[in-house]
Amino acid sequence: MLKVVDETKKAFLTGNETIAWAALAAGADIMFGYPITPQNEVMHYWTRLAPKYGRGFLQTEDEISAGFTVCGAVQAGKKAFTATAGPGNVLMQEPFGMAEAMRLPLFAIIQQRGGPSSGTVIYSQQEVTLTTFGGNGEGYRVVYSSATHQEIYDYTIKGFNVAWKYRWPTFLLGDGYQAKMREPLEMYNPEEKGIELEPAYPLLGLPGKIGEDREPQHLCNIYSLEEELYDVVMNLSADYERVAPELIEWQEHSCEDADIIILTHGVVSRAADDAVKALRAQGIKAGYFRPITLRPYPTQQLREAIAKSGAKKLLIAESSYGQFERLTKQEIYGETIKIEHLYMPGVGIIDHDIINKVKSVL
Amino acid sequence: MITPAVPKSWYLPSKPHKFCPGCGHGIVLKALGEVIDELEIQDQTIFGCDIGCSLLSWNFFACDSTQTHHGRTTPVMVGIKRARPELISIGYMGDGGGYSIGSQHLLNAAVRNERVTLILVNNTNYGMTGGQMAPTTLPGQKTETTPYGRDPEITGYPTKGPEFIAQVTPDGAYVARATVSKYKQLKRFLRNALRNQIEGNGFSFVEVLSTCPTNWRTNAQQTWHFLEDEMEPYFPVGELKSPFSKGGEK
Repeated sequence: MLKVVDETKKAFLTGNETIAWAALAAGADIMFGYPITPQNEVMHYWTRLAPKYGRGFLQTEDEISAGFTVCGAVQAGKKAFTATAGPGNVLMQEPFGMAEAMRLPLFAIIQQRGGPSSGTVIYSQQEVTLTTFGGNGEGYRVVYSSATHQEIYDYTIKGFNVAWKYRWPTFLLGDGYQAKMREPLEMYNPEEKGIELEPAYPLLGLPGKIGEDREPQHLCNIYSLEEELYDVVMNLSADYERVAPELIEWQEHSCEDADIIILTHGVVSRAADDAVKALRAQGIKAGYFRPITLRPYPTQQLREAIAKSGAKKLLIAESSYGQFERLTKQEIYGETIKIEHLYMPGVGIIDHDIINKVKSVL
Repeated sequence: MITPAVPKSWYLPSKPHKFCPGCGHGIVLKALGEVIDELEIQDQTIFGCDIGCSLLSWNFFACDSTQTHHGRTTPVMVGIKRARPELISIGYMGDGGGYSIGSQHLLNAAVRNERVTLILVNNTNYGMTGGQMAPTTLPGQKTETTPYGRDPEITGYPTKGPEFIAQVTPDGAYVARATVSKYKQLKRFLRNALRNQIEGNGFSFVEVLSTCPTNWRTNAQQTWHFLEDEMEPYFPVGELKSPFSKGGEK
């Protein structure tokens, strides 16, 4: 078998191409996918690379099928994944719900496009609510919101590992800019960085003779009694809350003495980082805070950043109309810091947008 | 006391099963269990069931089993088979799950000649939800959503599943319609459908005509009359496509 990455090397790739390479490096066995922009090139690169490394692909009839074939393949014990966007993400909420209920190690890449409806094929941050709390469940998901191609590579590898270690459906939340943009990154073989790949294992089709060596597996996601489901949901909640502290990731800087903290996620964080540096150079005390995991949310860490800075204002900047702000508000309920926002649904945000907004509210 | 012989592949702690008295599911699942025993595939079989009455089979067999959403059994069983081709992947569903909400999956799995075996039980209505019109409800048949009888001018004619699947599958596929009133033939068709997967020839599909006295509101005699004299003339029983015999058994 060919080694995916022989030695650590610099590469200049699109985000979608990065995902295909990272999935190979993470030991993904098979991808199930259905065309939708802006994730198509994940499939394009995967279908070119996968046969060389003995990996599989199936183009399904729709996103519902892509999600459910992933559910079947992971139950059979293979590292399976899919990628989608927009209306495809809507359709996949059904299989994502099955993965939440049955603790299936499903990994999916979401490349956000504009909405509602078909919206645009270009860019947005409008799939935050859907990806974190979509479906008829309670949001038992791990959602990484990436900002750079290096992170796309790192968190794709981590996403497979977290899915198989903790058995929650796990997501890399990107967007059309990250999908299509080309930038440098370092590709590496995870083992050489000391990252151990979690082994895949079957939930069905186990070895041994039934009745002699083992009992049959009977997996289900529907219950006859209210009390049965209550126990299931309470156990899921307890399990999720127990591991959440291990999963939470965030970035912050310049918050210690900040008068205003700029809160962003994903690619918008790059504009926020530039804006904070520019504002500081002008003598304005701005701080930077960015959740990397939107589920579970770095609630305590954000509360602490607010407390230690004594900042009077929190500016939330997002390429949607308040989805990230709603998610944040429910997490930091009770904080008295004044919240300002910059909503630019479906369009990109650059440093000047944030700088101008900061100056208008300070 | 004489105890009836039960297939070795049945999971005894889940018996007696939960299907209504007079329901045909028990007959289909007995035939399937006997075939699994005869082919000696219990340990490598993955049984997957849909939502609807077929759901009550989720722990019916002493085989590794899974259960999914309404209509989605086909892609789950395809995913399992694609991931582990050495497993025998059996999907079990009703007429609503297969021909209505999951029809795009059924059609495309058939077109792709997926190496899975799908068994679809046709009882002409949605049983679990209380007897609504199904794609297979006969013209004039009364259901909860066609209280004056199904009018094909409004809702179209019943879906003839095996006929359409036979049209879209390539050579190597196995397509048949059986009935719970002809047990030996039902077993033969199920055996062929599994043999076809074991040999890797192609997609295998068996529709089984079945009974639903609870929602039909029929006694034993009327139930059998509806199956044999109303359903079977409308849905002809036989093999529509078989790699084992040219033209198939009529």
